[in-house]
Amino acid sequence: MNLHTTDIANAAAEIRSRSSGPMRLLGTTIVLAVREIRRHLLRSFLTILGIVIGVMSVVTMVTLGNGATAAVQQSISSLGANILQIRPGQGFGRGGGGPQPPDFKEQDVEAIRTQVAGVRAVAPQAQSSGVAIRNAANWSTTVNGTTSDYFTAQQWNLNSGRIFTPAEEQAGKAVCILGNTVVQNLFRREDPIGERFRIKDVSCEVIGTLATRGQGGFGNDQDDVVIMPIKTVQRRFTGNRDIRNIMVSVDDAYDSTMVQNSISQLLRERRNISGAKQDDFNIFDTKQISDTLSGTTQILTALLGAVAAVSLLVGGIGIMNIMLVSVTERTREIGIRLAIGAVGREVLLQFLVEAVALACLGGVIGLLLALVASMVLAPILQVPFIFDPQINLLAFAFSAGIGVIFGYFPARRAASLNPIDALRHE
Amino acid sequence: MKPQAGPMASEPLIRLRSVTKTFGSGATAFQALKGVDLSIDEGDFVAVMGPSGSGKSTTMNILGCLDVPTSGEFLFRGHHVEHLDRDQRALLRRRYLGFVFQGFNLLARTSALENVELPLLYRGEDKKARRELGMAALDKVGLADWWDHTPAELSGGQQQRVAIARAIVTHPQVLLADEPTGNLDSERSIEIMELLTDLNRTSGITVLMVTHEPDMAAFAHTIVHFKDGLVERIDERAMA
Repeated sequence: MNLHTTDIANAAAEIRSRSSGPMRLLGTTIVLAVREIRRHLLRSFLTILGIVIGVMSVVTMVTLGNGATAAVQQSISSLGANILQIRPGQGFGRGGGGPQPPDFKEQDVEAIRTQVAGVRAVAPQAQSSGVAIRNAANWSTTVNGTTSDYFTAQQWNLNSGRIFTPAEEQAGKAVCILGNTVVQNLFRREDPIGERFRIKDVSCEVIGTLATRGQGGFGNDQDDVVIMPIKTVQRRFTGNRDIRNIMVSVDDAYDSTMVQNSISQLLRERRNISGAKQDDFNIFDTKQISDTLSGTTQILTALLGAVAAVSLLVGGIGIMNIMLVSVTERTREIGIRLAIGAVGREVLLQFLVEAVALACLGGVIGLLLALVASMVLAPILQVPFIFDPQINLLAFAFSAGIGVIFGYFPARRAASLNPIDALRHE
Repeated sequence: MKPQAGPMASEPLIRLRSVTKTFGSGATAFQALKGVDLSIDEGDFVAVMGPSGSGKSTTMNILGCLDVPTSGEFLFRGHHVEHLDRDQRALLRRRYLGFVFQGFNLLARTSALENVELPLLYRGEDKKARRELGMAALDKVGLADWWDHTPAELSGGQQQRVAIARAIVTHPQVLLADEPTGNLDSERSIEIMELLTDLNRTSGITVLMVTHEPDMAAFAHTIVHFKDGLVERIDERAMA
């Protein structure tokens, strides 16, 4: 008796203060949790695998989706910011039956330049096409006749050489500026400046080369172009003085819709369209199409997000299964721990620490793999790699949360069992 | 057996008064204990016998604070413990009781020493103390050389010794053994019984053991016979 004279309440208080202090308890459970994880490598691996797959698929997919969105937006911005394209006819085509609406005249261009407020540059365009020939090389391309305002409006810089002089424009001289695709196909690695080539019986001197622009908003190659003074094209290619379309660059300080309306009004007057009659020309605002296209890519990203969410869900169900199975399997272990004197919350805390450790480990591995996968896939898919911390955090929190929740609640059920019932559990 | 409560010195270690236990409720209710009165003195070696369904295991679970009686009193060292909650009972087990099960119930893939150390972890002993006490307990059951073996690498008899080492590592006042030799052959059984007898004599641990084998019960000092949820009779042997 003298060995055990303390009374039970005292003993309980003593044990509580000694072993169940929060720090002590946590230290003990971490030791236990790490032991259990190491001891059941396959089970731990499977749990981690579910989380890794969930996190990795979501993060990779959304990262690549964001890259694709950025790529599309980039090509939209290559259309040129705040540019109005004015063409005869309604919509994109020239309209169905009936007489074709006339092209524009040089006077229309002058009127827009002088009478509309908020116009920074006006570039008339006359287009043709032909096969460019130099020595053995030939290349079918577009000929774009315009003025030096075109480069201002498009904000398109030269790679080398110079743009037209006013004298060359006035005289309609056969000088040209080449897009990179044409340079590549006609000159390979030679310097084209000062060289001559033939296109549609016109011998043309190269005075400049354009900076590379890449793909346009409609998948067209913007670099596949030969730019000449408009008079040259009119005289030697189209054979008339018509202007197919007018490009207007809007001053940043002005609202493009307002400028568009004034141009519309001016052209209606000049083309004698009155009252309720429809315009026989259309003004195409690149800002509008950029808005439309970004709307489309947003839908695309949302779709990718939905696909990603499904894979996250599937991964989550995987985590759920393995956690439920392992906890059920461990009910006897919980019984043993309870029988030898563990308090329910100690057992629970151990399971919680195990679940948190596995979930976080899986999450971190998933994020790292997603990073590697995105970095490898982005160049292959030709989209930029854009790190989005939000989706990383979200995927991690979701997977880890599922791991913790489904590790914790079945354990809580087991820990609330009578120890003998838990022990009898097979 | 001391029939009435006296001053502290003569109070039995464990006393059950009119303890009943009913499982289930309504039409399916089953009364496993129908009013058990039992006193156990400190230092005794008690074997509990009886046919299955007689209430011996239920009584053991109540004595081991693994289960609570439906009605009646349970005094441990003179204190009422029948109304303790789950956590209090867990702390009582941790402090005063050690368990040995028929199925050993060791943690798989866990070394003998780590199994033995487990109760010390819950008592908050540091690593050094755990190791020393754990090795001492393993030494007591004769398995000090096997400390790093997992249960799968040990024979049944050795596993039960590890379980006994785990039960005594905290120097409990009472060792409760539920059919400790049920899964062992007679030779291993006798070794286990000798070990329990030795612990009872040299360390003064009170041993409560459920068994259905008269040969094993013969090692005990007191034999309690259960029948139909009641104590049928109590045999006492003079200590050898």
